[in-house]
Amino acid sequence: MDFLQQILNGLVLGSIYALIALGYTMVYGIMGLINFAHGEVTMIGAMVTITVLGVLANAGVDLPGAVMVLLALMVAIPVCMLLGFTIERVAYRPLRNAPRLAPLITAIGLSIVLQNLAILIWGRNYIPFPPLLPHDSVNIFGASITVLQVVIIFLAIAIMVGLLLMVEKTKLGRAMRATSQNPAVAGLMGVNVNTVISMTFVIGAGLGAIAGVMVAANYDQAHSHMGFLIGLKAFTAAVLGGIGNLGGAVVGGILLGVIESLGAGYIGDLTGGFLGSHYQDIFAFMVLILVLVFRPSGLLGERVAERA
Amino acid sequence: MSLLEVKKLEVAYGGIQAVKGIDLHIEQGELVTLIGANGAGKTTTLKTLVGLVKPKSGSISYDGNDCTKIPVHHFVSKGLSLVPEGRGVFSRLTVEENLRMGAFYRNDPNAINAEIEHVYELFPRLKERYKQLAGTLSGGEQQMLAMGRAILAKPKLLLLDEPSMGLAPIIVQKIFEIVKMISQQGVTILLVEQNAKLALEVSDRGYVMESGKITMSGPAQELLHSDAVKKAYLGE
Ligand SMILES: Nc1ncnc2c1ncn2[C@@H]1O[C@H](COP(=O)(O)OP(=O)(O)O)[C@@H](O)[C@H]1O
Ligand SMILES: [Mg+2]
Repeated sequence: MDFLQQILNGLVLGSIYALIALGYTMVYGIMGLINFAHGEVTMIGAMVTITVLGVLANAGVDLPGAVMVLLALMVAIPVCMLLGFTIERVAYRPLRNAPRLAPLITAIGLSIVLQNLAILIWGRNYIPFPPLLPHDSVNIFGASITVLQVVIIFLAIAIMVGLLLMVEKTKLGRAMRATSQNPAVAGLMGVNVNTVISMTFVIGAGLGAIAGVMVAANYDQAHSHMGFLIGLKAFTAAVLGGIGNLGGAVVGGILLGVIESLGAGYIGDLTGGFLGSHYQDIFAFMVLILVLVFRPSGLLGERVAERA
Repeated sequence: MSLLEVKKLEVAYGGIQAVKGIDLHIEQGELVTLIGANGAGKTTTLKTLVGLVKPKSGSISYDGNDCTKIPVHHFVSKGLSLVPEGRGVFSRLTVEENLRMGAFYRNDPNAINAEIEHVYELFPRLKERYKQLAGTLSGGEQQMLAMGRAILAKPKLLLLDEPSMGLAPIIVQKIFEIVKMISQQGVTILLVEQNAKLALEVSDRGYVMESGKITMSGPAQELLHSDAVKKAYLGE
């Protein structure tokens, strides 16, 4: 397996992980909570997109593939945003002052509920993502990457830059950072803390929806269980980068994608053929364990953040 | 009509009664101090005034309105600002971002920029450090930042919770000068302090709080010379 090829594959995977990891890290940053239902939001983003594409095709809409996908995203993103908003209101807000374990349990419960809801709606089988996007390959120094994958990487980068600028430069971003540091004082400054928290969930869910569609388009399929694994990996990426730190989520996501891809590429050689590339998933969890043991604050994370 | 009128206010944390039925009033333009020992209920009183803690019973009227049911984030736009105990600066925001948070509810960017410059004139130390994270400032600088941030909120009634706590005497002097200056500009102030002498010296009136109750009140000069206050709070 060619090294450069693995790096390219890793970058594609990594930029998707990064988008999802941002959702985990934003929510953690603002309320110290792991929103384990976030992976499910990603899955629902993919599922809704495929459904809308089916509806469009049935209605005889015949536009260029990219436009069709964009139209479907225009439905999937708001659906996921509404879902993110609802998740916070239903599962977390009533537990705002409860012990930390309580929202963790509702998060896992909610994740199961959403997964089963998806099974009710979309069944248990893999659903194909319609072949609307260009899968032609481009050659870069002997490694190949599809046009779609190039688009995924650049779109992810554009979205992440946009998010970082919003958080660093706008009034809403400043309010989000202030709320994450000291919600009571942010309230005294006139920040409606509930609104800021809702916005955080909504933005994270929107990013998750886009990432879900990227996954489905890249692998040509989606599945009602896909949210669990991808969510856990993105969570790993967030922890690797330093949970609560936006730049950390980006770095952690891309790094994890590359580690996983290189690992899958070389695991056969490393184990003398004993383990094959389908063991790809073990790398994410090895990373998670190693980080939690040796550097729980992550690569860019500070020591446990102070809270008022 | 008083700017602030508190009647029979009681506040409890679970079973612990922290404020046990106090009355106080503050007139437009006054500088009033609330002194008392640690644990007397001063911070709780201030927190209740801005909605951070809900009262058990009693009434609070500010500017003629009942404000026991208003959400915390609405107070600042009504002209009520609290500089909390321990300053409450956002440690991972820069000095300038902290000041801008003070003006969060406002939508007049030009005036805000001008007032930030004004705060920098008042506290040149903050200007030198405007890009620094607030958490890297000294305690005195953080207190200046917290007061500057409160100025940006354009309060009618400013509540200060122990602004001198933990600061060197020379910085305390500076902080009290600023309190007086803000007061002279027409802002009504309720100053909570353990440093009773300094607080009474700058104030018009004072209240003394002991275990959740107001035990004495009157013109600051009278309190300053009363034997009870001298004995309990001035160490004379
Ligand atoms: N969050 C809280 N939970 C329980 N008790 C509290 C809390 N905050 C303050 N108290 C108690 O209320 C009383 C008054 O405290 P406080 O208002 O902070 O006094 P002061 O500011 O005068 O030192 C004290 O007995 C204190 O222990
Ligand atoms: Mg206090």
